[in-house]
Amino acid sequence: MGEDTDATPTLNHRGFLPDHNYVTEADIISTVEFNHTGELLATGDKGGRVVIFQREPESKTEPFSQGEYNVYSTFQSHEPEFDYLKSLEIEEKINKIRWLPQQNAAHFLLSTNDKTIKLWKVSERDKRPEGYNLKDEEGRIKDLSTVTSLQVPVLMPMDLMVEVSPRRVFANAHTYHVNSISVNSDYQTYMSADDLRINLWHLDITDRSFNIVDIKPANMEDLTEVITAAEFHPHHCNLFVYSSSKGTLRLCDMREAALCDKHSKLFEEPEDPSARSFFSEIISSVSDVKFSHSGRYLLTRDYLTAKVWDLNMESKPLETYQVHDYLRSKLCSLYENDCIFDKFECAWNGSDSVIMTGAYNNFFRMFDRNTKRDVTLEASRESSKPRAVLKPRRVCAAGGKRRKDDISVDSLDFTKKILHTAWHPNENIIAIAATNNLYIFQDKLNSEMH
Amino acid sequence: MEVTAEAKRIMVVALGKLYSSRTQRGGLRLHRSLLLTMVMKSARDMYHAAQETEWAAAEEQQPPTEEPTGAQIELQEGKPLTSPGNEVENSPTMLRRDADNKENMSPPRPTQHSRKRRGKAAVEPDFLPCKKAKLEQKNVPQQLILSTVLLCEYMNCSSEVGAPPAPMPVQRAIAAC
Repeated sequence: MGEDTDATPTLNHRGFLPDHNYVTEADIISTVEFNHTGELLATGDKGGRVVIFQREPESKTEPFSQGEYNVYSTFQSHEPEFDYLKSLEIEEKINKIRWLPQQNAAHFLLSTNDKTIKLWKVSERDKRPEGYNLKDEEGRIKDLSTVTSLQVPVLMPMDLMVEVSPRRVFANAHTYHVNSISVNSDYQTYMSADDLRINLWHLDITDRSFNIVDIKPANMEDLTEVITAAEFHPHHCNLFVYSSSKGTLRLCDMREAALCDKHSKLFEEPEDPSARSFFSEIISSVSDVKFSHSGRYLLTRDYLTAKVWDLNMESKPLETYQVHDYLRSKLCSLYENDCIFDKFECAWNGSDSVIMTGAYNNFFRMFDRNTKRDVTLEASRESSKPRAVLKPRRVCAAGGKRRKDDISVDSLDFTKKILHTAWHPNENIIAIAATNNLYIFQDKLNSEMH
Repeated sequence: MEVTAEAKRIMVVALGKLYSSRTQRGGLRLHRSLLLTMVMKSARDMYHAAQETEWAAAEEQQPPTEEPTGAQIELQEGKPLTSPGNEVENSPTMLRRDADNKENMSPPRPTQHSRKRRGKAAVEPDFLPCKKAKLEQKNVPQQLILSTVLLCEYMNCSSEVGAPPAPMPVQRAIAAC
């Protein structure tokens, strides 16, 4: 795996006051997602806005600007709402964005907050009709006496305009907070998952959805687990997986029953009794689950580890990667400062050979499944000058042998967490969300997947 | 000793977090509330287990009070500690409302099992406010001190998140459902 990663200029798509560490909460990025070709990158934030970046086509004249991402469009996806019945405010924070595969000139994406999913159409306009008979160039109605002949309006080129419009609003289907959406490989349906239920929608139908998973107990006092993430299989439109707060994964087949409460496969690793602590339940809760591109493997993330599961083996994961095991002895303080509840996401590279996930202190980790090598990198302004090569970082456990440039566990900044990361579907380009900043790193030397 | 102290601290922090999550924007987070409840349960179980061994070792076999002290946990959860009567009356109503309205978003509470009598191991420990006066004369001073210390700790915890709101808003919200 090439560690020589060039850093493209960091794209600070929101301002923040350089003199203070104050960050506007609305600017905190809450989701990052490449589209299916990698040409577009969408981010959602706590203020309900979506920013789409587009990759510039590579040009021979300026080799260094090839493949840079620039802002393509910005729009307000969700607004804060108030549920009068329950006297609750509904946050406008964008929890997830998922792109639809492109089927015509326009791009479509789904964005969701806690309660409502919206389908947005992103289209370009680069021509406009000119030469109307009844209107002049500014749109004013012409004086009919000045019209002496008829003309056919012609399409003339204009400055590129990106238009975004909401095409569907899928509302009122979730009592609990939506944590995941996933587009089916049939390109007609998608699912939305909240803490206790998963609903199946048709992209064209907004006034009803099918409930396909319901784990709500008859008596809420008996509640023992919630759904934390869900995803459709990349190729089999009848299969999907959902993860739970107990650390289990359930693979469900929609052909078996209308209500998929009974799983086809249950992936669970037996708990190690010697590692039991007050916080065992919290750290075993799965925060993200992703199918590999091949559809053969599952990648899960819990608080301290990332695990790769083989769909054919339910008894234990195929591989377990320690993301930041040095935190195991600090769980009590991480519990007190709420960090233990942080939900980290995880990502596969295009060839499923490398997995990536975030950590604290603006560190993110990559694990090569073949060579078993791993690297810790930092997403920060200081270490990310344009075209600088990222330097691998190391965290030394308290009392361990310390090298120069190592960071000790106690000096980690737990307010700087990388929860959201995304990997380009084909190339070695990654997008890292560090609070309110977006970093895009490209591996120039090894641009092709290997 | 370490275990009991840590368990108490964890429980107090969990209660504080559950309490403050009610005023959080966006409503109660079910997942977070569930995890906090589980941590509190396991801390409580460990605390009791440690207490049991402690009591057995000290050879003080006085039976602890068996009354439904679980109701007192409901007191702890976000309600002022000074009006126990009010809360106990309201809790059956709340439970009924919960059963009727499944979409109620109150966090799952371990306390709702409190209506059943429980064994010694599950009796609420001394640091929670007790409705009945303590009968164990020997232990009274020590327990009073402990209770006071932990009461202060808990109040400090909740005061960190601002003045504890009156119980009414929560019940009003539930009634409105």
